[in-house]
Amino acid sequence: MSQDGYRKPVPTPSPESKRYWEGCRNHELWLPFCRDCEAFYFYPRDFCPSCFSWDIEWRKGSGRGRIYTYAIQHRAWHPGWQDEVPYVTALVQLDEGPRLYTNIVGVDPDPAQIDCDMPVEVTFEDITEEISLPKFRLVS
Amino acid sequence: MTPSDGKIAALYKKVAIVGADESDEIGIVPDKSTLQLHAEAARNALEDAGIALSEVDGIFSAGSAGWSPTLQLAEYLGIQPRYTDSTSVGGSSFVIDVEHAAAAIHAGLINVALITHGESGASGGRRGGSARPALDVQHPSAQFEMPYHVGGAPTHYAMACMRHMHQYGTTHEQLAEIAVATRKWASLNPKAMMRDPLTIDDVLSSRWIAYPFHLLDCCLVTDAGGAVVIVSAARAKDCKKPPVWVLGSGEATTHQTIMNMPDLTTTPAAVSGPRAFAMAGVRHKDIDVVEVYDSFTYTALVTLEALGFCGPGEGGAFVSGQRTAPGGDFPLNTNGGGLSYTHPGMYGMFLLIEATRQLRGECGERQVPNAKLACVNGTGGTLSSTGTLILGAD
Ligand SMILES: [Zn+2]
Repeated sequence: MSQDGYRKPVPTPSPESKRYWEGCRNHELWLPFCRDCEAFYFYPRDFCPSCFSWDIEWRKGSGRGRIYTYAIQHRAWHPGWQDEVPYVTALVQLDEGPRLYTNIVGVDPDPAQIDCDMPVEVTFEDITEEISLPKFRLVS
Repeated sequence: MTPSDGKIAALYKKVAIVGADESDEIGIVPDKSTLQLHAEAARNALEDAGIALSEVDGIFSAGSAGWSPTLQLAEYLGIQPRYTDSTSVGGSSFVIDVEHAAAAIHAGLINVALITHGESGASGGRRGGSARPALDVQHPSAQFEMPYHVGGAPTHYAMACMRHMHQYGTTHEQLAEIAVATRKWASLNPKAMMRDPLTIDDVLSSRWIAYPFHLLDCCLVTDAGGAVVIVSAARAKDCKKPPVWVLGSGEATTHQTIMNMPDLTTTPAAVSGPRAFAMAGVRHKDIDVVEVYDSFTYTALVTLEALGFCGPGEGGAFVSGQRTAPGGDFPLNTNGGGLSYTHPGMYGMFLLIEATRQLRGECGERQVPNAKLACVNGTGGTLSSTGTLILGAD
């Protein structure tokens, strides 16, 4: 499944984020959840950043959300994106609450096609044997 | 002028800025190291104050001088200070350092604080290497942001700006007003890098860097050093020039990664600003000149809202009609800002230098008449941290 010659940064899972990246590998978006707040949070750590409780668990997310905001990147600051500009970076606000930093794919990088608050759903890009990146596409 | 709240007024008028200057050259300075820029600026600011380096017992700096900026700097300058502070929270650090220095002086820990900056934003990369430490591969940014994008500040600030535009209807033209007004100030500053007149159309027709930012919405990338000297009220009486008093200060931090920024349409200045105003016991309408970090046109716009000069979402209308330009009723970024004067990477130091000069009446053609009170706001990281100061002349 891995793409030869993948030139962009590949995430290195940490002990705290291992479960998240395992979920992504199975094309599922698993998220850390605080049992005390009864709320999801992101990014993964062993405790809740809202209340500092260490009573947490992992729950499978819906993979759905809305574009909180976006930008169209016209400059490749890194060689990995040299052939892909312009492309779209975004913060997606998941239905579960947390925001993810991501790319919006499958749409022209055109402000006429993209807007804040548009509904999106997750799609996974397999970039190595171990890592699949969650990205998002517009829900038609 | 009296502080309104005794509890947070402990630092009211306890210290003054008595020296401020840039390095000998600013702009594109490929043949000077960052440490040289620090040292030149330190010498110039100390001369401006009439204070010898040997009197400096506290040193403050951020970021650009190796893994521990103040260790490196103290050795390089040849001093052994009893107080060092390497607070590194982005371009706001130097403004925040003023509050830290004020606290240390007020507590009697030190007598003379030297805050310096030197950064080769334009030329450092060409020399190879970087002054900033590389990120651990398991760092949250490396795991959850960089796989989607690697790049400079424009990319993240653009996302914040887009949310503001969506939520409040802020326009490209309104953002361009700031670039044009700031350039007019730069045209009056011989040290500014970009001094040719600019029109709104020039901004709107410049190429996209990260939509919604055009090239001319973005600050310069330069080489520059700067320094300020801060002393107690008692010591300030014996300096070369009249003191510029620290009347109020505030510091705030909300996040590091933009995915954890609580509200993309404001900044931590909404916390540091009111604190600084309350400590100084002044109101917005009392302020004569405003110097805020303009890494992007949007940064200046949203900072004016966060500081309370206008309401949330009102920044676009507030800056329209060249209100912030020379001759307008809201003098903003009178040195030409990071947009047109200089911006080596972390710009906060230069806000302090310009505010000091304005309050001393040293600004020549760009002098704001009878400037007695200045508001300074540094922003660092990804709209992550702020330091706000209210400075005043006697
Ligand atoms: Zn919690």
